[in-house]
Amino acid sequence: MTGFSEYREPVRKDRSSMFNVAVIIGISLLAILFRVYVSRFVPYLQYLELPLLVTVYFSLMWRSPIAGLLFGAAIGLAQDSLSQLPVGMFGIVKTLVGYFAASMSLRVDVGNPLLRLVLAFFFFFFHELLYWVLARALLGQALEFDVVRVLVLGILNAIVAVFLYQFLDRLRITG
Amino acid sequence: MESFLNRYRNLSVLVAAILAQLVLLAYQVKTNNDVRLIRVWSVGAVTPLARWIEKGRSGVSHFFSDYFVLLEVREENRRMKAELDRIKMDNQYLRAELSTANRAESLAIFQKHSPSKTVAAHIIGNTTGTGAKVVIIDRGSNSGIQPGMAVITPDGIAGKVTKVFAVSSFILLVTDQTFAGGVISQNNRVHGTFKGLGYEGAGKIEHIQNEQKVDQGEWFYTSGDDRIFPKGLPVGEVTTVHQGKTEKEIYVSLSGFKNGLEEVLIIVEGVHVPIPDAPVTNQSVHLLAPPPADAGGISPAVQPLQTGPLSTDADRIKERWRKLGEQEHHIYGERGNGAPNYNTPAKAEAKPDKQ
Repeated sequence: MTGFSEYREPVRKDRSSMFNVAVIIGISLLAILFRVYVSRFVPYLQYLELPLLVTVYFSLMWRSPIAGLLFGAAIGLAQDSLSQLPVGMFGIVKTLVGYFAASMSLRVDVGNPLLRLVLAFFFFFFHELLYWVLARALLGQALEFDVVRVLVLGILNAIVAVFLYQFLDRLRITG
Repeated sequence: MESFLNRYRNLSVLVAAILAQLVLLAYQVKTNNDVRLIRVWSVGAVTPLARWIEKGRSGVSHFFSDYFVLLEVREENRRMKAELDRIKMDNQYLRAELSTANRAESLAIFQKHSPSKTVAAHIIGNTTGTGAKVVIIDRGSNSGIQPGMAVITPDGIAGKVTKVFAVSSFILLVTDQTFAGGVISQNNRVHGTFKGLGYEGAGKIEHIQNEQKVDQGEWFYTSGDDRIFPKGLPVGEVTTVHQGKTEKEIYVSLSGFKNGLEEVLIIVEGVHVPIPDAPVTNQSVHLLAPPPADAGGISPAVQPLQTGPLSTDADRIKERWRKLGEQEHHIYGERGNGAPNYNTPAKAEAKPDKQ
């Protein structure tokens, strides 16, 4: 049994991207505010899981599992604090997403748009499934898991992710 | 041990982070307490921002919606001068202000007539939960809001307060899947439990046996059993009724969301009211005032009688001519008899006047 941490990290770690701290905080806040505010007036946009997409992006680009999981935990806890449920639900889910996304980035070329599409779709599905499992197991909530709906939303989020990631690429510190 | 942690450093941090959050979750679930500090920080940071954005959006939205309405008028009057445009723009700003005032006024009218004591609030945002129907309002403990208070609109119930902060609160909407409340049907007084379906505009009524009678189109009202909503508030109209295995499957269209959800009322002191007998009507019907006792301009002789054999004007004229014919010994329809003098007052008509 081997963990993700046992992979040869230096293989692609030298390609990790740097971002301005203000950019990281600003993008994270915007993603959360989007969930809080924009979805209220455009109901269809409430299915856009921007905090998740941002978590996946930064985790992929940093190529550091620890940085990814800490970022995921932070944005997840922030999202939790503005939700109805106990604090920690989104925190746990996004911690795992950040960790796995960063671990994945050590093995694949995260600059490929097609791969980004697949990864965004996969992590959206993983996020929704894990959240559903936790809600049932830890909180005893009898939530429904509509597979078709999650798959469709996963595709939509993945498409948005490709364009969002292209925009975020421009905010990287170059040189 | 140290070498083990170094070797599995990433995994160790992951396990630590997950465990810490699990403990946090377990503490909240076990003690039913909230991690108040984190929430207060987050909500405190977001609320002012959301409030400013909402004010800006509301102002801009009303301004432009009214302006574009006017643009159509302006197309018909292309020769209007630039000065007039500027004045119109100023006018639109005032209209936007008035529109907001009108909404607030309708809410205030409802507040005035409602027996319960309420506080008006504005919805400033959604919460971040997946699929949860929870919104944030701009009133909190400073306005006397407490967790568990009922939230309504002039059209019906809207939700309940779940978390309260200084200047904002979380409202669990009735459309949320976890929402439940006691209801009673209008005609047959059948008690049930309302539950949200997770999408807007509809809900279902549970715990009503197949033997109990509920009709399509019947209204459900709050029963007051849940100790949240006062009795007698409209919940919704039954759209579908099916027989289930043991309980009926009843779906209702919610009345509280008919006109959108921008402003709500929080019931600070609820008063139970009886369930109305008449069905809720959405359109006010204009009724004319009853006619005056004296129908001026029409002589009593030709006023329609409501009783007796002569019930119409035609009957009355026919009777008058018959008496006129008898008086002048004229037989109607007989040739060579000429026509009677229709201007001669009939004796029979004169009698009542003399008495």
